[in-house]
Amino acid sequence: MQTIESIIPFVAVLIAMAGPILIILFKRWPNIRELMTFMVASVTFGLVVSMAPSVYNGTEITYNLIDILPEVGISFKVDSFGILFALVSSSLWIVTTVYSIGYMRALKEHSQTRFFSFFAVAISSALGVAFSANLLTLYMFYEILSLSTFSLVTHHQDKEAHFGGRKYLTFLMGSSIAFFLPAVILTYYYTGTLDFNRFGILTHSIPDYMLVVMFALFLAGIGKAAIMPMHSWLPSAMVAPTPVSSLLHAVAVVKVGVFSLLRVLLYIFGTDLLEFMRFDGFLVYFVSITIIAGSLFALKQDNLKARLAYSTVAQLSYIVLAGGLLSVSGITGGIVHIAMHAFGKITLFFCAGAILVNTGFKNISQLKGIGKKMPVTMIAFFFGSLSIIGVPPLGGFWSKWNLAMGTIEYSEIPILVVLLTSSLLNAAYFMPIVYNAFFAKDESIVYTEVKEAPLLTIIPPVFTALVSIALFFYPDIFLNLARSAARSVLGV
Amino acid sequence: MIDFIVTKYNYLFYIVLFLIGFYAIIVKKNLVKKVIGMNIMQTSIILFYVSIGCKKDGTLPILLDSDLHSHAIDAGKYLNPLPHVLMLTAIVVMVATLGVALAVLILMYKQYGTLEEDELLKRIK
Amino acid sequence: MIDQAPVLIIVIPLIFALLTPVVGLWRKSLCYFWILTALALSAAFSVTVFVKVLNTGTIHYNLGGWTPPWGIEYVIDHLNALMLVVVSAIALLTAVYSRKSIEKEFPNKKTAFYTVFLLQATGFLGIVITGDMFNLYVFLEISSLAGYALIAIGEDGALFAAFKYIIIGTIGASFYLIGVGYIYIMTGSLNMADIAALLQQVNNTSVIHIAFAFILAGLIIKMALFPMYIWMPDAYTKAPSASSALIAPLMTKISAYILVRVIFTIFKPEFITANLPVTKIMLWLGFAAIIYGAIMSIAQTDFKRMLCFIIVAEIGYIVGGIGLFNPTAIKGAILHILNDAVMTAGLFFIAGIVKYKTGFHNLTDFKDLFKKMPVTMGAFVIIALSVIGVPPTCGFFSKWYLIKGAIIGNAWPFAAALLFSSLVNVVLFFRIFEIGYGFDHGHDSGGHEELGSGSLISEAPATMLLPSMLVSLIIIFTGIYNQTIITNIIEHVTPNL
Repeated sequence: MQTIESIIPFVAVLIAMAGPILIILFKRWPNIRELMTFMVASVTFGLVVSMAPSVYNGTEITYNLIDILPEVGISFKVDSFGILFALVSSSLWIVTTVYSIGYMRALKEHSQTRFFSFFAVAISSALGVAFSANLLTLYMFYEILSLSTFSLVTHHQDKEAHFGGRKYLTFLMGSSIAFFLPAVILTYYYTGTLDFNRFGILTHSIPDYMLVVMFALFLAGIGKAAIMPMHSWLPSAMVAPTPVSSLLHAVAVVKVGVFSLLRVLLYIFGTDLLEFMRFDGFLVYFVSITIIAGSLFALKQDNLKARLAYSTVAQLSYIVLAGGLLSVSGITGGIVHIAMHAFGKITLFFCAGAILVNTGFKNISQLKGIGKKMPVTMIAFFFGSLSIIGVPPLGGFWSKWNLAMGTIEYSEIPILVVLLTSSLLNAAYFMPIVYNAFFAKDESIVYTEVKEAPLLTIIPPVFTALVSIALFFYPDIFLNLARSAARSVLGV
Repeated sequence: MIDFIVTKYNYLFYIVLFLIGFYAIIVKKNLVKKVIGMNIMQTSIILFYVSIGCKKDGTLPILLDSDLHSHAIDAGKYLNPLPHVLMLTAIVVMVATLGVALAVLILMYKQYGTLEEDELLKRIK
Repeated sequence: MIDQAPVLIIVIPLIFALLTPVVGLWRKSLCYFWILTALALSAAFSVTVFVKVLNTGTIHYNLGGWTPPWGIEYVIDHLNALMLVVVSAIALLTAVYSRKSIEKEFPNKKTAFYTVFLLQATGFLGIVITGDMFNLYVFLEISSLAGYALIAIGEDGALFAAFKYIIIGTIGASFYLIGVGYIYIMTGSLNMADIAALLQQVNNTSVIHIAFAFILAGLIIKMALFPMYIWMPDAYTKAPSASSALIAPLMTKISAYILVRVIFTIFKPEFITANLPVTKIMLWLGFAAIIYGAIMSIAQTDFKRMLCFIIVAEIGYIVGGIGLFNPTAIKGAILHILNDAVMTAGLFFIAGIVKYKTGFHNLTDFKDLFKKMPVTMGAFVIIALSVIGVPPTCGFFSKWYLIKGAIIGNAWPFAAALLFSSLVNVVLFFRIFEIGYGFDHGHDSGGHEELGSGSLISEAPATMLLPSMLVSLIIIFTGIYNQTIITNIIEHVTPNL
């Protein structure tokens, strides 16, 4: 495997991190300010894309900024796993920026400068996580992400936001300091390094009970992965404005969680050790609970965003399955689900936001017949939900297909049943919404003067829905990146 | 035991004095008495230092003209002057502490009209 | 001139302090620039000395040309060279910062305040630079006496707090003095290096054990280690903003520095481990301090008092880290002395700004401050994150070394206490952030109207704002460059155990 040294990953993170300076500078002129956000997002995306071809061809890009502990620095490494995540989040940042402009202006939200600034910081730290070469750098960006999104979650500054924010912080900061940090220190204590290695850095020489403790600490500490019972911050975080929920709580923050967890499992423990200690078996059954329970919780939510949140909880655990189904297809399926789920779920959130902007409705029971008034939005919603369910011709199919193959390759047939049940449940909580929107009638709700949502809030969901469809026909980019990551950690 | 007391009596004195001062600081409710206790405590340390510089039949470590001519300098008999010198500094420190403490007490008396601790605590908001 | 730099660090502020009243008689407003000059010169010489130490190693300076052990010697090794820079820098920043808050709190006592302020700085610098145990006592008392006066100027109740501090502080100093006396009886020397050499022969005598115990007890009182902290919360809460910004970060940290000196330079680690269960005691005292400080700080409604209990916990970090007695933990403890001095200074700067703006320093006074003072609060957030221990701020790295040291030493309760304290700090500071953020509980679904506009902003004055911002920058930079500090400075003074 080739390695080249380049400052680009650091620059990409830095530019996004420095974005707020430009945004605050132009805060008096909203148009220029939004243009700045847009530019920062585009430049960042451009930088990420510029790295993609060489990584796709099997090269790793590394950059060491400065050593901050013996043998551990703030260092960046771009491999196929990282670039996949970075591509997804930076491309969706641009889309979300467009959407936010429409959304925030339509609702006349206050403190928009603050909103766009922290948004940039949040994405920057998500990129930082994607490009981290070691656990300490990852931990650093992980914490910055929790902190910067706090202000976004509590954006409305009302009672609900207050408690939502408090819960958000308690779960994320609490778990990361109480469990994640000691696990990192223990890793460092036993191995003397924190660098990600495709075969893992922990070895059999560490006492078994310690490995179990560390495994548990990591699992509990990476609260952003929203594995039950650490999931309840996510529905509470839905008090945030919709752009935040869509990009951060469907893509950046939660994917940072699963990404970090997979990094730890595959690159710190290593597939051999996971298999040897039988963590893989435990993991798949443990997250199966979340997959099923999350979907069940989603069924009984009436608030649309809450239903989407619980759906996210369940879908995240699909990705975590990659850490337990240690075969090429299994890992590929899990990793590629980061991308597929992102495009699907963000479409759904965009639609929920568009409905909110247009009608002020937050609950599913209020949406009967809305499809006639907002056909474009609801069709986008339909395709988004198909992708989550995993039916062709949508991108979500590929991740579920690979995961299903993985269960067979890895002889975990019960998990296959879990996957299929979950797909049924997904259909059960999404399809009624779509059905009711187009075919049901409720006399009590009259949509007078309801037309399509503002253009800026319509284009993004349509675009992401189209991308979801395109990803079914051209999944190669993401599939190959995921597959090469899977091959490298499995050493095949 | 007697032997111990006779040879080490200076230490015993300083300890007793120190404890008297300490007792006053802890037990007395009147703040002036606390300051006096503090002073006794510091004085005891000065006595301790001074006493360790002493020896039997010691002489001052000063060269006189006559000594030079008689060639009878017995350096072994000289008292160590250093602890005494140190205590000059310590006395200055002690006086300064006392001064600050009394100044604070005066201000407190002006402000609250009492120096009894429990009364004072009631009058401070 | 450069050769005389070590003594100039002390002499300049001392002489300037004595002349301050004269300057004040002539032009009251000049006092401010007068002490700024003094502290800037002192800081410049500290940096000179620091650079020289980095290049050539330990500097020995004989006062008045008397060679040790007879004369007083200033010894500057890597650790106290850095301490000198930290102390003089914080003193300078606090001096810059003091201007507006003094004008608001007690405009008539400016001259007196600045005189004592400089003496305070002199005392701190003297403690750090000296290589003589009695000289250290004198400087300790200079700084304490100045501190009593600086605290007594404060708000209602400050007099009683200062009095309490006088009594307890004097007891601490007396204990230290007794300890020095016993050492003098056994060794006949007051020079630290000389004592260290001579002690090897008399290590096992009970006199030396008692001497050590007395010195330790004295220092524990001075550094406000649990359970000897009772004088501290009142004194630092009631003190005027400028005083507490100088004393609160430095007094306790410098006492911790003396502890490091006493244990590693004078008594040597072998003595500590061989004869007395000191390390165990220190570890558990540190543990208790962290837990107690953390719990008590949650209970406070006054911001400055809350900070005082955070200091109690932070002192617990340092003492417990030394008590772990392995190189990693000691590195962490020493690093934490430096880090915490900077962080605490920053926190008290913020407290002063809040007091300047609102007149009080209760937690509720932070209401809506994010909107009114975004820059100040931005600095506050960075400092707070460092106290919590979020990378890449410096607080994270000292905590990292301490926790790793605790793991190496199998001291799991201590590691748990450190994490517990971090969690409590999250609660503490985010509670304030929430207040500062200004949640509106009046209406449930609202938040859609335009709340903020530019006119609400009323930042702190520049003289207060700049030091706070500088501190937050220092926090980030020392965090990022902590490895440089550790390898170039702290590893020179960490003993090989």
